[in-house]
Amino acid sequence: MELIKVDQLTKTFGDLVAVDHVSFSIEQGEIFGFLGPNGAGKTTTLSILSTLLKPTSGQAFVNGYDVENQQSQVRRSIGVVFQDPTLDEELTARENMDIHGRLYGMKHRKARIDELLKLVELENRKNQLVKQFSGGMKRRLEIARGLLHDPQILFLDEPTLGLDPQTRNHLWDYIRDLNQKKGVTIILTTHYMDEAEKLSDRVAIIDHGQIIALDTPMALKEQVGGSRIRIESKENQKILQRLQGIKWLNNLTNYNGFTDITLQNAEKKIAGVIREINDLPIDSVSLKIPSLEDVFLHYTGKTIREQEASAKDRIRQHRKASRR
Amino acid sequence: MRGLSAIYTIWYRNVLKYFRMKSRIIGSLGMPFFFLVIIGFGLNSTIQVPGMEVDYVEFIAPGIIAMSILFSSMFSGVQLVIDKQIGFLKETLVAPVSRLHLMIGQALGGATTALMQGILVLIISLFIGVNLPSLSGILIALVFMFLIGLSFTSVGIAFASRMEDTHGFQLIVNFILFPVFFLSGALFPLDRIPDWLSFLTYIDPLTYGVEGIRYGLLGATQITPVLSFSALGGFLVAMLLLGSFLFNKIKI
Repeated sequence: MELIKVDQLTKTFGDLVAVDHVSFSIEQGEIFGFLGPNGAGKTTTLSILSTLLKPTSGQAFVNGYDVENQQSQVRRSIGVVFQDPTLDEELTARENMDIHGRLYGMKHRKARIDELLKLVELENRKNQLVKQFSGGMKRRLEIARGLLHDPQILFLDEPTLGLDPQTRNHLWDYIRDLNQKKGVTIILTTHYMDEAEKLSDRVAIIDHGQIIALDTPMALKEQVGGSRIRIESKENQKILQRLQGIKWLNNLTNYNGFTDITLQNAEKKIAGVIREINDLPIDSVSLKIPSLEDVFLHYTGKTIREQEASAKDRIRQHRKASRR
Repeated sequence: MRGLSAIYTIWYRNVLKYFRMKSRIIGSLGMPFFFLVIIGFGLNSTIQVPGMEVDYVEFIAPGIIAMSILFSSMFSGVQLVIDKQIGFLKETLVAPVSRLHLMIGQALGGATTALMQGILVLIISLFIGVNLPSLSGILIALVFMFLIGLSFTSVGIAFASRMEDTHGFQLIVNFILFPVFFLSGALFPLDRIPDWLSFLTYIDPLTYGVEGIRYGLLGATQITPVLSFSALGGFLVAMLLLGSFLFNKIKI
């Protein structure tokens, strides 16, 4: 079942086109990732889907409701964790949760608040003021709060931005758990390759407001040429001859004492390859698996970091222009 | 029903935060207290209020009560600026409630805390010379105090809706507060002043609030309570409309 359907969605700010005729749909139960540099239009897309911004043109439906005309139903279907914190730090964790529950018209809040605080391991700190929390704790509290009214869809805008590696890993586990155990459909934006790759069932690579590629992380990587096994050996001629006899290997090259095999799912097939040649001397074996970074580079001709710098320029220029 | 619960939630948050900031409650009593004691007693023997059977300190007590409500309600708008900065506003804007209800909740919250501030000053003034008025007098005073609080909280929200930083907000509010207070007839009787000044006092909405409280507490007034109530009520409606209009236009 399609939970989100977006058709030719466009958002402009003056002459800056933040989202440019974007179309996609998201299935129930998916973890869907938007990957792209800062300023690519990820947050703007999310803001439109969460009814905070009105689209300039095009349509978007969340849980079957129109984001422009059925705001209230859309808002009840979604939980949102924004990129920047939105907690009242002068209140306790429980009070923040409680106010959220009241705003969503929840009658029996207490048990559910306790249950969710337990889920994000904050039940011992529920009566502590949020300003005493660490960055990771705040983010966990926001996720718990976003889930309080039992939404079908959870939006996570850069969920691990500014967190240390350990906390990030921890948070990834939560997100996966939520998706698998609670069946929450999750839409996240990130400019971290590893985050998009590890979490998402499908990834949309977005740049300059357009989706330039959309598929599973595996399929995206295969589109840019798959993976490669490189074998180093003094007997590389023999190795080449031996491997040429194998049906499922066809992309072989030999040079400078190296044999290169380009193939799909190399990490799964490498053992089989070695088994065929293990009576020959092998000096080293290496495996290169393309990353989403390679995918981004392939489609845009730039790495994400380079693109980020130019996006900042674009925004700066736009600000300058609009000041005039 | 849902609207009411949203209004209540926002009101509840404001009141909860008010009671948590004890230092602010005490701190903001300072200025009204010194006004009452120093100006009130300082001028008590030199000034006789013509046409009224009251001491000067009694005369200005309603004005000082109105002042504390005015300041507290206008400055409560800063919470909205802070909510923009800490992002909490986003959390409420993405909830399935209308902006009108959020604004009303915020206005009622600010008005309630301002009213409590005013009640504290009222209690202080009873200790330093104002005779205990009748119950109906107190009720009348409370009604006017609440009207002042709600209308000037709406003014604060209107300004805060357009502002991004707290310092700017405070500067603007200060710029408005002092003329509104000094022109309100809080410190001087409305007759026997030059025509141009008289004109300014009659277009100052706070004048009607001060006179309303004065009628409640002292039984003496220069403007009939019905006129005061109508003028202040009209101002309140206008400011609620302005506040909601600008709150509705907040972009994030």
